[in-house]
Amino acid sequence: MDKSTFETKPIIKGPMHSSLKHDSAHKHVTGSAEYIDDIPEPSGTLHGGLGLSDRAHAEIVSVDLSAVKAAPGVVWVMTAADIPGFNDVASTGQHDEPLLATTKVEFHRQPIFAVIAETRDQARRAATLARIEYRDLPHWTDIDGARENGAPLVVEPMVLKRGEPETEIENSPLRVQAHMYIGGQEHFYLESHIALAIPGEDEDITVWSSTQHPSEVQHMVAHVLGIANNAVTVMTRRMGGGFGGKETQGNHFACLASVAAKKLKRAVKFRPDRDEDMAVTGKRHDFRVDYDVAFDEEGHIHAVDVTYAARCGFSADLSGPVTDRALFHADSSYYYPHVRLASQPLKTHTVSNTAFRGFGGPQGMLGAERIIEEIAYATGKDPLEIRKLNFYGKRGSERTVTPYHQEVEDNIIAKVVEELEASSDYQARRQAIIDFNADSPVIRKGIALTPVKFGISFTMTAYNQAGALVHIYNDGSIHLNHGGTEMGQGLYIKVAQVVADTFQVDIDRVKITATTTGKVPNTSATAASSGSDLNGMAAYDACRQIKERLIDFATRQWKVGRDKIEFLPNRVRIGSEIVPFDTFVRAAYYDRVQLSAAGFYKTPKIHWDRKAGRGRPFYYFAYGAAVSEVAIDTLTGEYLVERTDILHDVGKSLNPAIDIGQIEGGFVQGLGWLTTEELWWDAKGRLRTHAPSTYKIPLASDRPKIFNVKLAEWSENAEPTIGRSKAVGEPPFMLAISVFEAISMAVASVAEYRVCPRLDAPATPERVLMAVERLKSIG
Amino acid sequence: MSEAIRFILNGEEVTRGDFGPTETLLDYLRLRRRLTGTKEGCAEGDCGACTVLVGRLTEQGLRYESVNACIRFLGSLHGTHVVTVEHLAGRDGALHPVQQALVDTHGSQCGFCTPGFVMSLYGLWLSNQAPTRADIESALQGNLCRCTGYEPIVKAAEQVSQNRPSSLFDPLERDHIQIMAKLWSIHSEADTIVVEKDGARSIVPASVAAFSDILAEEPDATIVAGATDVGLWVTKQMRLLNPVIFINHLTELQSVTSDETTITIGAGVSYAQAFDLLTDEISSLGRLIDRIGGQQVRNMGTIGGNIANGSPIGDIPPPLIALGAELTLRTHAGRRTIALEDYFLAYGKQDRLQGEFVEKVCVPRPAEGSHFAVYKISKRRDEDISALCGAFNLTLDAEGKVGKIRIAFGGMAATPKRAKHVEEALLGKEWSWETVSAARNAFDEDYTPLTDWRATAEYRSLAAKNLLTRFFLETAGAPTELRRFELEEA
Ligand SMILES: Cc1cc2nc3c(=O)[nH]c(=O)nc-3n(C[C@@H](O)[C@@H](O)[C@H](O)COP(=O)(O)OP(=O)(O)OC[C@H]3O[C@@H](n4cnc5c(N)ncnc54)[C@H](O)[C@@H]3O)c2cc1C
Ligand code: FES
Ligand code: FES
Repeated sequence: MDKSTFETKPIIKGPMHSSLKHDSAHKHVTGSAEYIDDIPEPSGTLHGGLGLSDRAHAEIVSVDLSAVKAAPGVVWVMTAADIPGFNDVASTGQHDEPLLATTKVEFHRQPIFAVIAETRDQARRAATLARIEYRDLPHWTDIDGARENGAPLVVEPMVLKRGEPETEIENSPLRVQAHMYIGGQEHFYLESHIALAIPGEDEDITVWSSTQHPSEVQHMVAHVLGIANNAVTVMTRRMGGGFGGKETQGNHFACLASVAAKKLKRAVKFRPDRDEDMAVTGKRHDFRVDYDVAFDEEGHIHAVDVTYAARCGFSADLSGPVTDRALFHADSSYYYPHVRLASQPLKTHTVSNTAFRGFGGPQGMLGAERIIEEIAYATGKDPLEIRKLNFYGKRGSERTVTPYHQEVEDNIIAKVVEELEASSDYQARRQAIIDFNADSPVIRKGIALTPVKFGISFTMTAYNQAGALVHIYNDGSIHLNHGGTEMGQGLYIKVAQVVADTFQVDIDRVKITATTTGKVPNTSATAASSGSDLNGMAAYDACRQIKERLIDFATRQWKVGRDKIEFLPNRVRIGSEIVPFDTFVRAAYYDRVQLSAAGFYKTPKIHWDRKAGRGRPFYYFAYGAAVSEVAIDTLTGEYLVERTDILHDVGKSLNPAIDIGQIEGGFVQGLGWLTTEELWWDAKGRLRTHAPSTYKIPLASDRPKIFNVKLAEWSENAEPTIGRSKAVGEPPFMLAISVFEAISMAVASVAEYRVCPRLDAPATPERVLMAVERLKSIG
Repeated sequence: MSEAIRFILNGEEVTRGDFGPTETLLDYLRLRRRLTGTKEGCAEGDCGACTVLVGRLTEQGLRYESVNACIRFLGSLHGTHVVTVEHLAGRDGALHPVQQALVDTHGSQCGFCTPGFVMSLYGLWLSNQAPTRADIESALQGNLCRCTGYEPIVKAAEQVSQNRPSSLFDPLERDHIQIMAKLWSIHSEADTIVVEKDGARSIVPASVAAFSDILAEEPDATIVAGATDVGLWVTKQMRLLNPVIFINHLTELQSVTSDETTITIGAGVSYAQAFDLLTDEISSLGRLIDRIGGQQVRNMGTIGGNIANGSPIGDIPPPLIALGAELTLRTHAGRRTIALEDYFLAYGKQDRLQGEFVEKVCVPRPAEGSHFAVYKISKRRDEDISALCGAFNLTLDAEGKVGKIRIAFGGMAATPKRAKHVEEALLGKEWSWETVSAARNAFDEDYTPLTDWRATAEYRSLAAKNLLTRFFLETAGAPTELRRFELEEA
């Protein structure tokens, strides 16, 4: 008998690829995890309140703040004139976003002044007392309104082109032209925005900010105060959720708190009420997709020409890269032989829209899936058949080039879909549903299997860099810091696993410390799903440097060759000797070995020329697929998600439990986007769904009744990423498109599947019922 | 008269006479006590991040219920036991099984919602040894999580239901007797309490009689029952209320009695209590109540408050109007009884005179062989306000003709309102598809609904007609409503 099977190989606690708990899980459940509002306030802390516009677009004629100043507890009222540096928090350098409005307001609830008071309650009450006179200007809040009014674009649009779409569309046997509306989405992180600014000596200031991008907050605070970046330290231990909503949107609160803190020489905290948070911070972009697609009777796509117009709000913020990413995903998983894609980032008199999980990708893909549906209903086939027919080909085939001229080298979509189709019993269930629908007058069912292919990397190449700082103290305990922020996605634990694994020590030895601009500078936002790819590699680089030095030290001290040194679990084998890790570290310290290192990483291979629409914006792609089954009520439009099966590719998972959490959570968030989450502006340009009472994110009872989630365990990243893992933050969000398409099929049943339902998103019960009515009248 | 309220906070007895009538429990916990485990996610009762348990003495003994600390006023806590997330772990720091289960299933990501989920799950764990999926989802309707997708949280609830190591492990089971004794002793001093701060008064009347006397003297006082409406006037509209009379502790207003013809519901009966007592009697009503707010709101909010508030989108009036309920209003001098539908005069205007309060509502039982149903339509199935809510009460005569019909809707007009033209179009006719399809158009004579963020006017009109169709199909034995779980599963 083979003896080796009985020997348990000692392994460390918490290596890479193991399902460790979230590092804060224990603190979460006991309520002891500290969020910024839980930090004991420095004595004398003051609180901020926002004075907001009540017009969508107007000139400010006069501002009378006397009642505000006289209100109980008010210490200071701050306007744009009080800003010592620049009245500008535009994150992409466009100078189109003031911290406080001066001569005009461009959306309802735009901040005009801030009140600083002894208590938050006093600040909120005082903020309502201003008398502001406006002269109204014409406003438009949506894409059609923007087009009718010839609205300007907030940034240069992008065009991607390959082949001869114009002529191919004319020459094709079949053609459909139509459009689709796609709604936006509020992030609804459970912890609203918050910042606490603590003034220091000279120009110094420390800001605790709930942000995904401490470096940008640092730079913005310096810019607004008119001081150098080195005077500002930004700290972020954890956020109560981010989802992109805290990529740029935290700047406002941090800057307001900082200006007041420096002026008053007291700590100042800004924590907007939930309704304010929803009104004054940006959301996912709404889109209108105008498509023109040419295909044949088989269902092969010949050419597409699509324009993605977006509601960007009053300023650019991240609308440029968001609308770009929509185009990058307008192919979903499909090869377009001839293609033209254009973006139209429109200015509207609404809050400036921003990053949100997927960053335009979901809207891009939803447009592509609509095109698939059009072809399916026009040719009388199952949309899945059309999908498979048009998938990108394997490497070497002629069908691998994207509209942006990057080759899809790592394509596994066909395999993912094939596996899922079988494991979910798709074909039999679809037939059963068609049979069910045939004699069910009111309740109708639908099923859909949709693919995901998502490009990983910031399309702004410069952002694909990261730093980390690792210290080993002389007792062998390890201090880990990196530029990534923790918003619940498990980044901290994944990077700690990388460190534990690299040194072969138990993870308990690794102390995860709050992200701060003082330790790792010039970081990028924790966004674009890149957190563990970038920071995991940077931390690995730091560990590698220290390890090198330790190995050098061991070869000197023990006089053995490098190959005789091995890091065993919590020990080091040096020649024939085995030394505990802490003893080894202490010895290195006495030998004056530097036990601290700054690590760095930049993603290789990528480059992008936006003007030419060519390059390799993405390092690799993450894949996945989902099948969802729904039932709808054709009398009311209400629906239920009966079952969802997911197979998702995270490469070789760094932490399968955390990754499954991202998939389930991302899916349900996507489900909300496409079903019950609706942003609604009234005729005066006021957002009326600005609270959870009116804006409905999914509940436990909205998730699929049966929910099977699996990782594609055979997958490994083709590129040498950390542990051959893949990013997981955003891609699963788009798996929820399967629900939307399943609802669409259920609607299509009322016209015998002959008419494309052309359902707009979100598919509220109202939209579903109206689509049913429309099809009944046609069918 | 006494000048302070007394309650128990976790393990400590608290006496307080220094708060304003609108100070919330959440602010008290976070700002004054630095118990920061309880979070603020919305300050309007919708997200559950602020969930705590409140234990109170009932006829069945000490009962713990999840509530929203963000809209619960301090003045409503006299004689209760407030339990926050900090109280759960053992004295040695060991996690409570509910907490451990959430850790084991990876039930937290950003963790901000987590203390609230812990408390909701804990409330369920205390009250239900073998919860079904439906029970679990119902207990979690008032808790939003934006990160996890809920799957691990539901799994945690399932796993932990059987995990009850020993009664000593659980702080509330361990201290049960002492807490009961303390609460009894607080309640034995049956005095009206008036707490004054900066000229603003919180009044906690000793009895319903005391309440009616106080109301006669203070006709402009704000009555607060569950505070699930009033709480938002304070946290969102920043209204100053003075004085406030708290009535949620008055058990005299909290009884449900029934005889052969009538079910009588006290104004102070919470949704949760009504659900327990009414589901067997009128299952459609039970299903409706299960979709009002989340469990926390159902534990706090009252039937009387829903009626008294006079909202056109309150869910309780339409079914009760369809059932022909009568409302009893009371002053210190006496009572009067009116048809419930007559209480709603116009938008924001009710037939409630100075010094009057709602005492009870008497609901005629649906007649033997009659058909009753109420349907709620909302964007999100659970914990959402109705776009429209329609109730139908039909009795067929011996020939299969419509003998009696009452139809009432919410969300279709400025008040909850009968569909009298539709009723007329049906009355005396054969209960057939022809009759129904002809009667559908009469809805346009009854209602001119509005467009808002919940639905357009067109949708409301069409859905109302379709609900009549649904009702017809159901009476014909073809159930059409989508249900996530059958009531038997709940
Ligand atoms: C998150 C959330 C979700 C909700 N969802 C729903 C829903 O789905 N459907 C729905 O219908 N409602 C919903 N509501 C509102 C609902 O909970 C309230 O209308 C509730 O029924 C009011 O009861 P209460 O005891 O909380 O009243 P309070 O808020 O205490 O009082 C409401 C009003 O009634 C008056 N009042 C209370 N009791 C009496 C009395 N006995 N005599 C005279 N006046 C009295 C008060 O002075 C006040 O004007 C929701 C509320 C919240 C916060
Ligand atoms: S804070 Fe959201 S329910 Fe209380
Ligand atoms: S874990 Fe983040 S909201 Fe629930």
